[in-house]
Amino acid sequence: MSSTPVAKPLARLASPNRSPRHRWTTERIIFTTLNTTFLLALAALMIYPLLNTLAISLNDGNDAVRGGIGIWPRVFSLQNYDVVFNMTTIYQAFFMSVLKTVVVVATNLLFTSMLAYALSRKEFIFRRPITLIFVLTMYFDAGLIPNYLLIKDLGMLNSFQAYWVPTIISAFNLIILRTYMKSIPDEIIESARIDGAGDFRMWWQIVMPLCKPTLAVVGLFVAVGSWNSWLDTLLYNSGDPALTTLQYELQKLLASSMNAGMNSVAATGSAASGGQVTTPIALRSAITMVAAVPILFVYPFLQKHFVSGLMIGSVKG
Amino acid sequence: MTDATVSTLVTATGLEPALEPASSSRAQKRKARKNAAKDPKRKITWDRVWAQRALLAMSVPLLLYQILFKYVPVYGWAIAFQHYKPGRGSIWNQQWVGLDNFHNLFTGVNGERFRRVVVNTMGQSVLTLIVGTLGAIVLALLLNEVKNLPFKRILQNITYMPHFLSWVIVASLASVALSLPSSGGFINQGLMNLHLVDHPVLFLTQPNYFWEIVAGTNLWKELGWNTILYLAAITAIDPGLYEAAEVDGAGRYRKMFSITLPSIRPTIVVLLIINSGWILSTNFELPYFLGNGLVSDKSETIDVFVLRYGYQLGNYSLAVVAGIFKTIVAIILVGSANLAAKRLNQETLV
Repeated sequence: MSSTPVAKPLARLASPNRSPRHRWTTERIIFTTLNTTFLLALAALMIYPLLNTLAISLNDGNDAVRGGIGIWPRVFSLQNYDVVFNMTTIYQAFFMSVLKTVVVVATNLLFTSMLAYALSRKEFIFRRPITLIFVLTMYFDAGLIPNYLLIKDLGMLNSFQAYWVPTIISAFNLIILRTYMKSIPDEIIESARIDGAGDFRMWWQIVMPLCKPTLAVVGLFVAVGSWNSWLDTLLYNSGDPALTTLQYELQKLLASSMNAGMNSVAATGSAASGGQVTTPIALRSAITMVAAVPILFVYPFLQKHFVSGLMIGSVKG
Repeated sequence: MTDATVSTLVTATGLEPALEPASSSRAQKRKARKNAAKDPKRKITWDRVWAQRALLAMSVPLLLYQILFKYVPVYGWAIAFQHYKPGRGSIWNQQWVGLDNFHNLFTGVNGERFRRVVVNTMGQSVLTLIVGTLGAIVLALLLNEVKNLPFKRILQNITYMPHFLSWVIVASLASVALSLPSSGGFINQGLMNLHLVDHPVLFLTQPNYFWEIVAGTNLWKELGWNTILYLAAITAIDPGLYEAAEVDGAGRYRKMFSITLPSIRPTIVVLLIINSGWILSTNFELPYFLGNGLVSDKSETIDVFVLRYGYQLGNYSLAVVAGIFKTIVAIILVGSANLAAKRLNQETLV
């Protein structure tokens, strides 16, 4: 990218230090205190539900039913996680989620980058119509049942293919990648061309390595989307227990707790597995954490890439 | 916000990084395109097609693929004109009934239910949009006043985080937060500690709270993420404006209301216009996960109706009619939203 976006904040950083608004006036002290307090409270509100769930998941199941657990477990116990990972369904669902995410990311990156390369070449004669057809899919959706019927008619119900085959290209990611590839200087492409590189080699050996940061961003968007999805399991693969995913299992648990009469869940019933007993609320907390942790774990490392990806994706198509 | 909204938006608000010369207006581009078409080098000849066979091999199969999975499913719309029974096999073996299903969905008992569903969809979306926009603007303004950069970055990291959690997790967290104190409902606990209520409120069983719960949960999840565009717009404001205002003796609030807000107004307007194009297309997961028999009058949205009533109860025909209605209205809304944004002399994606 050009240096302009960086230069601007740098210039702003340099100048205001000497400007009068950085003197500590009473007004400024009061405002900063209030503002900081408010923002800290907001941040606490964002984090509290997760910390609370984590605490409940690390608490003894029967004790958790008494309620009143804050952000620290009252009776520490790893029993809930023990139960979760001894449930064959959850165990399988975890690995299916991982497998699905890996396959979706790999196929998406491969095909989206190939197409993005073709559409980034200025000399390509069908560049405009093809781009338009892809961009329009961001706005047009035939609907849930027609999509279901197509998958059914293609014979992909209750198969792993239903997870990755229909979604190998997302128009949004295509635009991000294509925009970035357009910004690669023509000289690089031309010199490789003179050296005799064809388009496939150019894509794979010249453009792909230059796109690594953007590929990482797109890969992350795709990974998060795939890991978080549940509707594909419900619609296409709910008939085969071997194809269940973590989000779908969590959704079923949530649905049963909503149906079992609001809030009475915690007090009634218990889930047993492998001779161990815990309560639904503790179990649900543990599964929520298992479903959230991969995202929370990678998040701190990737936050700035997510944002830069959003900005790249914004450039005109 | 959907992906498409974001991209249209950022483009529309002129936030694009300087990859393309910003000066090239739409009209100029169109002219350039016309000239290019006359250019003999751009004419489509068999020679040129053959020379670009590698590029074609890279794109055409994927194009056909996309057409198969995104456009071909439209054949399923035929069900809208049939009395569809899955047992009869493929859609070519069904009984054709003309517009009966449309009549059925828009009138009588179903009509009443469907009207409620449309009102719920729009009500939840509008409330979410208003609350979300106001929240994001306020948070962007406050974050902008934080001069300690590491602290600001930590705040941003924390507030962006919920955006990446799945709706299942968010709904699960919300259902716990809103439950009785004994089930971990810290909202009730907090209200009782503050003596705002005497008895815990069963929020998720009260129809009248449902829209607010949807808007509130959306706010929690997307608040930070939605500030990104506003913060970017604020960064683009000429610092000279603030300096000039300071010389004239403007204080913090004066600068906020007389410089920052007017400067990001185009961003706000375009964002609002374009987001309102998606009014029928958002709000699926939360109403589906948190809705229950007690609140369905207020919770059921079009997508939930299609999934629950159509897919899960086997009323395919009615559900497809509802889906077609949604798709067509959504395209009209999104299209006119884009047009409106364009009218403001901004660039949009398509």
